[in-house]
Amino acid sequence: MSKGLKTFPVGGVHSCDNKLSASKQIESVALPTIVSIPLSQHIGAPAMPIVKPLDKVKVGQLIAKASGFVSANIHSSVSGTVKKIDDVPDSCGYKRPAVIIDVEGDIWEENIDRTDSLLKEIIFDQKSIIEKIQAAGIVGLGGATFPTHVKLSVPKGKTCEYLLINGVECEPYLTSDHRLMLEKTEEIFVGIIIVMKALGVPKAIIGIENNKKDAIDKMSAISNNYKGISVQALKVQYPQGGEKQLAKALINREIPAPPGLPIDVGCVIQNVGTIYAIYEAVQKNKPLIERVVTITGKSIKKPSNFLARIGTPISILIQATGGLPEDTGKIISGGPMMGKAINTTDIPVSKGTSGILVLPEELSNRKNANNCILCAKCVSVCPLGLEPYLLSKLSLKSLFDKAENEQVVNCIECGCCSYNCPAKIPLLDFIRLAKTTVMKNIRNRVK
Amino acid sequence: MNNNLLKVSLSPHISGKGSVKSIMYGVIIALMPAFIAGLYFFGIGALRVTLTAVVACVLFEYVIQKYLLKVESTISDGSAIITGLLLAYNVPSNLPPNIIILGSLVAIGIAKMSFGGLGNNPFNPALVGRVFLLISFPVDMTSWPKPILTRASAIDAVTAATPLAIVKEGLAGGTPYSKLLTQIPSYWDLFIGNVGGCIGEVSALALIIGLFYMLYKKIITWHIPVSMTGSIFIFTGIMCLINPQSNADPFFHILTGGVLLGAIFMATDMVTSPMTPKGMLIFGSAIGILTVIIRVFGAYPEGVSFSILIMNAFVPLINKFCKPKRFGEIIK
Repeated sequence: MSKGLKTFPVGGVHSCDNKLSASKQIESVALPTIVSIPLSQHIGAPAMPIVKPLDKVKVGQLIAKASGFVSANIHSSVSGTVKKIDDVPDSCGYKRPAVIIDVEGDIWEENIDRTDSLLKEIIFDQKSIIEKIQAAGIVGLGGATFPTHVKLSVPKGKTCEYLLINGVECEPYLTSDHRLMLEKTEEIFVGIIIVMKALGVPKAIIGIENNKKDAIDKMSAISNNYKGISVQALKVQYPQGGEKQLAKALINREIPAPPGLPIDVGCVIQNVGTIYAIYEAVQKNKPLIERVVTITGKSIKKPSNFLARIGTPISILIQATGGLPEDTGKIISGGPMMGKAINTTDIPVSKGTSGILVLPEELSNRKNANNCILCAKCVSVCPLGLEPYLLSKLSLKSLFDKAENEQVVNCIECGCCSYNCPAKIPLLDFIRLAKTTVMKNIRNRVK
Repeated sequence: MNNNLLKVSLSPHISGKGSVKSIMYGVIIALMPAFIAGLYFFGIGALRVTLTAVVACVLFEYVIQKYLLKVESTISDGSAIITGLLLAYNVPSNLPPNIIILGSLVAIGIAKMSFGGLGNNPFNPALVGRVFLLISFPVDMTSWPKPILTRASAIDAVTAATPLAIVKEGLAGGTPYSKLLTQIPSYWDLFIGNVGGCIGEVSALALIIGLFYMLYKKIITWHIPVSMTGSIFIFTGIMCLINPQSNADPFFHILTGGVLLGAIFMATDMVTSPMTPKGMLIFGSAIGILTVIIRVFGAYPEGVSFSILIMNAFVPLINKFCKPKRFGEIIK
């Protein structure tokens, strides 16, 4: 581990940590009686179902095929009978098609290695690693859910010099990546070696924020056994888990504005959760059918980290922590800074569900907004060097062309501006409106 | 639990501790050392003027919002109290109440509420009130009582010219600066505030305590105070080096008049100052240079208020040209 704490230099906030479940081991939960597995759990085209009602499925069986390069396969996370393919609400509140399966027993596909043994030896070449990852339906588990095989296919003319591993978990409350790093340390290192091989890069850097000292110590100790992999402790600063901030903090390079990608500055960034899924897919033949989900909140009796099958209704996970508290006002899928508020506990766990945060009534309401006093606190925390007060003003006046000139599309929607605004103005709401409008305008112009 | 009762909103779902109120009350706390110094040096007169200004400002804001604009009152946010305090700090301690009340009306009614209240005023309200009074009542506004410590007796309330006025007149009359130094208070008196002047501007010490409090509480950044006093120091320093006999030295310029009060509390007013560090540096330096120009070449011995108001008008322009460095932008 190199000395000193690195971080990104511009903007960011240090909000509360509230990592209530940091010391809680990953537990499995009892299988639900019914699961609904959404067909669109990733960025890109929804998968095409290849099962029909009354089909029998096993755990790990392919049930929906990727419908294009930027798309991902979907596998059954349980064994049982397909009940129907129907629309169910997802974490955005929209109803989207999902495969609904009645659970019967727990019968796995024979080729999946279910033992705990650590398989270090990598017998696959570059091409077959990426094929296996693609077949296993792996997507970015940090929350963006971008299909991983696309990220690992370096476009012609670009070279990758660094693999950056995101173990930052900068969102308050969430601990799923933290627990994975502590409990599946060696597996993550093997996973990193696999990805390094797939990309043909000699160097990998793991970035971990300093509020996870135990993970930094454990990962650093083991990193000595793996050539080319180093661990870098990072100062606690939200949104360091964002790709742009992480690349800036770790290798001091700035990923250009959209459509710029990490590969433009010679790096590929993967979340530790994704790395673990890659290990399981390549070494154990296990497709992405379960993930670690943090169930947390100050009013939750027993904040926990669960290994949950994809498609499990989150109500079951909340039940396993001691039930939904009486005073619950808001339930968030994800962390408090970027997560989505959901209106029902019936939504299923999907590949991108890193945690569920339950907030009591008194923390669920926004405060009344005052006039903007031009204090510049939004400008000073914007990690992209934008002027949130100006963008939100332009958006309110529907001056979207001006907002485009002010580079509104650069906004990563981290929420630092709204968080830090003393006048409690929902700046990001207005900026999102401008951003989506401007992106639509740009698309129309290209057409 | 009824699922229909869950709240949904866009992220972020938590917000920081700071509020407009906490910022405003932070500034009020930072203004207190200067108030105590004013009381110590000018006695009951300082209390009378300050109370009158604060009460008048809060009352005008309340009445205008309630009866004229018919909107919810915002007096609890504390910004009217700050305007009152700053207006009082910028006037002599023997100013008659009716003049103070008139100044408060101009500050709150014209400079603040007519633009749409807190956050929308292009000019610092207290300074608009102050300059209005300075132009309308030049005699009352420029006869300063001596500080209590230097008065012959407790009831002796004779007024004296400020050190700035003494030096300006003396230099204009051809007296060399080294001779004038014997007629003005020592630098130590200037530093602690034992000198004639406006209530809140005399004690550099008290103002600097307020500065550190605001820096500690992250209410302001160092950029404006440092660039403003720095540019005054450099500008007057150069003039002093060129001709030491007909120019006052830089320490004198910084410790006298409203430089520190202006640099710490008036130019840093969030609403009327630029948004980026670069803009703040330009803003602060320009105020400093204008102040020296007015002091040395202008008709008034003091130029801080005018300089700040002039630069307030440039803030939108500064904001337009001093953008933060965008992330991922290629530096040419």
